[in-house]
Amino acid sequence: MESFFSEDMRVLVQGITGTQGRFHTRLMLDYGTNIVAGVTPGKRGGEVHGVPVYDTVEDAVRRNEANASIIFVPAPYAAEAALEAMEAEIKTLVIITEHIPIRDSIEVMSYAEKRGVIVIGPNTPGVIVPVSCKLGIMPAHVFKEGVVGVASRSGTLTYEIAAELSRSGLGQSICLGLGGDPVVGLSFVDVLGMFERDPKTESIVLIGEIGGNAEEQAAEYISSRRYPKPVVAFVAGRTAPRGKRMGHAGAIVMGETGTAESKIDALKSAGVDVAERTSDIPRLLSKSF
Amino acid sequence: MKLFEFEAKKILAEHGIPTPRGALASSPAEALKKSLTLKPPFVVKAQVLVAGRGKAGGIQFATTVEQLSQISGKILEMEIKGLKVERVLIEEKARTKSELYFGIAVDRSRRCYVAIASTAGGMNIEEVAARSPERIIKLSVDPIFGFRNFHATKIASDLGYSGKSMMGLAGIFHRLYRVALEYDAELIEMNPLVETDDEDFVAVDARIIMDDNALYRHPNFRERLFEEKKTELTHEEIRARKAGLAYVKLEGDIGIMGNGAGLVMATLDTVQLHGGKPANFLDVGGGASVDRVAEALKILLSDPRTSVVLINILGGITRCDDVAKGILEAKTKTSSSKPIVIRLVGTNEEEGQRILTQRGIRVLNSMDEAAREAVKVSRKKVS
Repeated sequence: MESFFSEDMRVLVQGITGTQGRFHTRLMLDYGTNIVAGVTPGKRGGEVHGVPVYDTVEDAVRRNEANASIIFVPAPYAAEAALEAMEAEIKTLVIITEHIPIRDSIEVMSYAEKRGVIVIGPNTPGVIVPVSCKLGIMPAHVFKEGVVGVASRSGTLTYEIAAELSRSGLGQSICLGLGGDPVVGLSFVDVLGMFERDPKTESIVLIGEIGGNAEEQAAEYISSRRYPKPVVAFVAGRTAPRGKRMGHAGAIVMGETGTAESKIDALKSAGVDVAERTSDIPRLLSKSF
Repeated sequence: MKLFEFEAKKILAEHGIPTPRGALASSPAEALKKSLTLKPPFVVKAQVLVAGRGKAGGIQFATTVEQLSQISGKILEMEIKGLKVERVLIEEKARTKSELYFGIAVDRSRRCYVAIASTAGGMNIEEVAARSPERIIKLSVDPIFGFRNFHATKIASDLGYSGKSMMGLAGIFHRLYRVALEYDAELIEMNPLVETDDEDFVAVDARIIMDDNALYRHPNFRERLFEEKKTELTHEEIRARKAGLAYVKLEGDIGIMGNGAGLVMATLDTVQLHGGKPANFLDVGGGASVDRVAEALKILLSDPRTSVVLINILGGITRCDDVAKGILEAKTKTSSSKPIVIRLVGTNEEEGQRILTQRGIRVLNSMDEAAREAVKVSRKKVS
């Protein structure tokens, strides 16, 4: 998807020397992602799978012209890492880290808006363009190349649905995890805009869950501009009780806000087909072609 | 993490926000003794971490110390929404001229904090916002610029105050924002913030919910998170959290665990779609070890309400062979004979499925199939 992934994407891995950073750098390199540098303060001069390591993002960017970064830094330091990357002119940021305090995420998002930076996550599996590029931790084998754009607030549920689509012969143009936290960067609305402009994407799957109102806003966006591409949605958490966090920090019904019913109703009235079961998604999608 | 009202008020008072004079008591005798330094009339408030205690009779008024002691005894015997009242807060009742609302919350769609104020204090602010939005003032806070004195002044003025009381009110708003940041609050509110007959302001009720992910910055509170009766967490939730699991207790009889919050929620939904009732939500998280899987399953098997356990694993960084070993370990250690329905696919699935089928445990391939099977088994158990 050219609006997001350009040919000259040069990727930096922050936290590259940690267990997760190291492991997933290997997998991303194998998938064909152009990783040019890594950063871990105090580890300058080292190498991870042939990728040079630097102390600071500034240094890594100056020497390798990195323009995107994926962050595996532990939660207490993750916001700092994101701010450092943005100050060093990184324009696309994927934050894998889970459990970042909301106060920190709010600062990151505010700064990103001022600098025109695209942030994906935190608490996201990342982004994958089958079969050319992956900026994330998802198991690559469940994804197949195709024309369905997928955006999701949940990791494993994305794998479940992508596998389901691939089995039915419905490949994907791009799959994006938006993140399971209350405060995240890219929203369903942002992604719908990108999917609309992307010539390769012909139809869209939105995977939502309880909490917040991102799905309601997506519904509003779809109906207000007569969105030109077919959209199928799934919303997890119909059985969730009020006031309890369902695993994700962002998956909570507070008062009357964020219920699955509200999201499903909004999407249906916007003309979106909402699947009751994940296994219904391929059928609903095929119907729309 | 929710704080008790008395804790929230203590924090507010330490930051220069006026709160009623009062004391904490865990027996009628203690309430009586502590009330001697207070001026009547009094209010007695149950200290429980659930909303709606007023409607449940957890807040009552008294005009004499004898009456206060008697009411305290009554409230201390109450159970509110399943929670035993361990302590009451006794306070001097404020002489109310009007009731305001002021709070700081997280605006998820704008990705910032938002200051919310209203002259309709003492009510459910969400209902006020839905019914009469014109009575709500909202101001988004740029986190880098901050919530400044002039923002606080603007809100106090927009609420209709002027002169000395406007300045006093603005000072309180500004201080509350400082508290919100200092305590990593995802929600902090004074409801009501009372304007008294002498035109002073006092926070008659206060609520703080701290961000669990920020508790590493607040070690005192983090330790307390795992103490029973000191947080909103149940016994099982504490046990699960200690093991690094996300657990929520529900009403049904089908125990459910899986990897990934969205996948587990979808599993719950699918079970319900097939007519079953989930007993819980349990997410073992990404890359779960043998031990973590075993602990998770032990929690579900030891729950007397569960008739069957449904395990739904789609391995990415989680390895199916580790999951299979964890399942066997839990089965051996608990010697439970409860039926287990398993769906296990993804990384190392052949090995994982082999480990289980060797022991005569059937492994299914789809979530839908597994959910249907679990519901079928639970029905057989009941009948």
